[in-house]
Amino acid sequence: MSAMPSAPPVLDDDDADMRAYVASEKRRERLSAMLRYTALFAVGLIMLYPLIWLVGASFKTNSEIFTSPGFLPAEPTLDGYVKGWQTSTPYNFGRFFWNTFLIVAPKVIGTVISCTLVAYGFARFDFPGKKLLFSLLIGTLLLPNVVTRIPQYILFRDFGWLDTYLPLWVPSAFAGDAFFVFMVVQFLRALPRDMEEAARVDGANSFQTLIFIVVPMLVPALISVALFQFMWTMNDFLGPLIYISSVEKFPVSLALKLSIDTTEAFEWNRILAMSVATLTPALVVFFLAQKYFIEGISVGGVKG
Amino acid sequence: MGHSRYLGLLYLAPYIIGLLVFTALPFLASLYLSFTDYGLMNAPAWVGADNYLHLFTRDRTFMRSLSVTLIYVATTVPLKLAFALFIAAILNYKLSFINFFRTAYYVPSILGGSVAIAVLWRYIFAEAGLVNMALFAVGLDPVNWLGDPDLALFTITLLRVWQFGSAMVIFLAALQSIDKSLYEAAAIDGAGKATTFIFVTLPLITPVIFFNLVMQMVQAFQEFNGPYIIFNNGGPLKAAYLLPLYIYEEAFKKFEMGYASAIAWVLFVIIMVLTVVAFVTSRKWVYYAGDKRS
Repeated sequence: MSAMPSAPPVLDDDDADMRAYVASEKRRERLSAMLRYTALFAVGLIMLYPLIWLVGASFKTNSEIFTSPGFLPAEPTLDGYVKGWQTSTPYNFGRFFWNTFLIVAPKVIGTVISCTLVAYGFARFDFPGKKLLFSLLIGTLLLPNVVTRIPQYILFRDFGWLDTYLPLWVPSAFAGDAFFVFMVVQFLRALPRDMEEAARVDGANSFQTLIFIVVPMLVPALISVALFQFMWTMNDFLGPLIYISSVEKFPVSLALKLSIDTTEAFEWNRILAMSVATLTPALVVFFLAQKYFIEGISVGGVKG
Repeated sequence: MGHSRYLGLLYLAPYIIGLLVFTALPFLASLYLSFTDYGLMNAPAWVGADNYLHLFTRDRTFMRSLSVTLIYVATTVPLKLAFALFIAAILNYKLSFINFFRTAYYVPSILGGSVAIAVLWRYIFAEAGLVNMALFAVGLDPVNWLGDPDLALFTITLLRVWQFGSAMVIFLAALQSIDKSLYEAAAIDGAGKATTFIFVTLPLITPVIFFNLVMQMVQAFQEFNGPYIIFNNGGPLKAAYLLPLYIYEEAFKKFEMGYASAIAWVLFVIIMVLTVVAFVTSRKWVYYAGDKRS
């Protein structure tokens, strides 16, 4: 690893004392850089080893999983994946991934569209009640879901939506995730308005301006929104747990919990293999698009 | 501009409908339900403050769950923030591979809320699991992480501290935005590294410390997945039976919607009071550039 100590302040070269001082400073900087690398590397290893072990252990035989702390399997086997994928239900994980997609897709699309409209309204227009509505937005940002969950359940029951995916994505399509609206508003406020004004002068109405001028500039922010919503929906467990009762409609989070309950006593590698499988989409998306995640957090400040 | 002054409201229509139907109405309904006996089959029957009285005078599960929750939040949030800030401070330096480290540390935050990671936690903290194997390798006795009531909650805390990445990224962005000339001025005045960090760096990033503190606290109070999946039923002696688990069981297993709403409101009031305290005291300890108070 090449250490890059920060440049020392510019000093008078004629001064011997100063030169000695600079040399000792450089040595100290190098030592400090080494310490930092060691600490970062040690922490990184402790942080990531459980994940590395998980991937290795998913290829182990059941008898090996609890006998060695190493991650390399002695006799690699695909048994966990093959049998885990089939599950003890009439459905396999292919079905559960498809179900997850049926929740994720409308939720992400609905979130992106509704957040764009609402954020545009907040960032580019003045209207009566704007201050109040924006305060409410910030308020719902801090409002714990736990307090609205029970009446929402009763409401969706009255709508006849139990055991469907609607309760899981419809609120998001009405800009229900205040955090994302806030993030896009912040992003919009930082964008220059000259292009939009030019479009107005040329006779475009506000909706045309939104579609042809604002949305193209918003793309990075909207990608961040879509990615975070994708991750959170993939990980969501409590929502499906409350609303989805038929196994044929289970998303992967519920299916994995079901696998634990039905096979855990001895078939460990199946559970670990399916854990890896359910983490894979999120990991792939994260590595392909990590810059949007980091930017998204830095702009909006993300929970998580 | 030449459009109606109500045009903006049109763009907000989805939000206003959603706010009314999915947030405001349920919010008020849950307050009302918390004063009723409601088992879904019958109509809600008004019982006044009975649910609350029962909670605080006769419900020992609730008192246990409440104290477990408070301990959990009081340990998890400071540990997580301190760790996030510590690593961000190390990363805030001209290092090669900074992006690599930042990404590596962020991965657990991305995956951490999932069922799969809770499953992993069960395996690595099991009696014959990875952690005990590692302890054995360095000559220490194995620890009954998940079975010991004194440790069960702590394994959940570790699961959340492990996900320090998103708080760290926010801290790092704040540290990188600090004007370098302030450090030079401090160095000229003869301040050492620790002194500079405490008297220059920390005051400048108090806004993000505040932000992270409030966000992490609100989130920690709602922890559900970890304890629900790692322990089947709240752990040994209900040591990890956080309030959201109790609410879930009352509402969606026993369908005691009124009683569960009362628990939810106790939890909500605690969160709200602590948030308000954080906001009010923030005037004393949060520094805003140019002394703008928002």
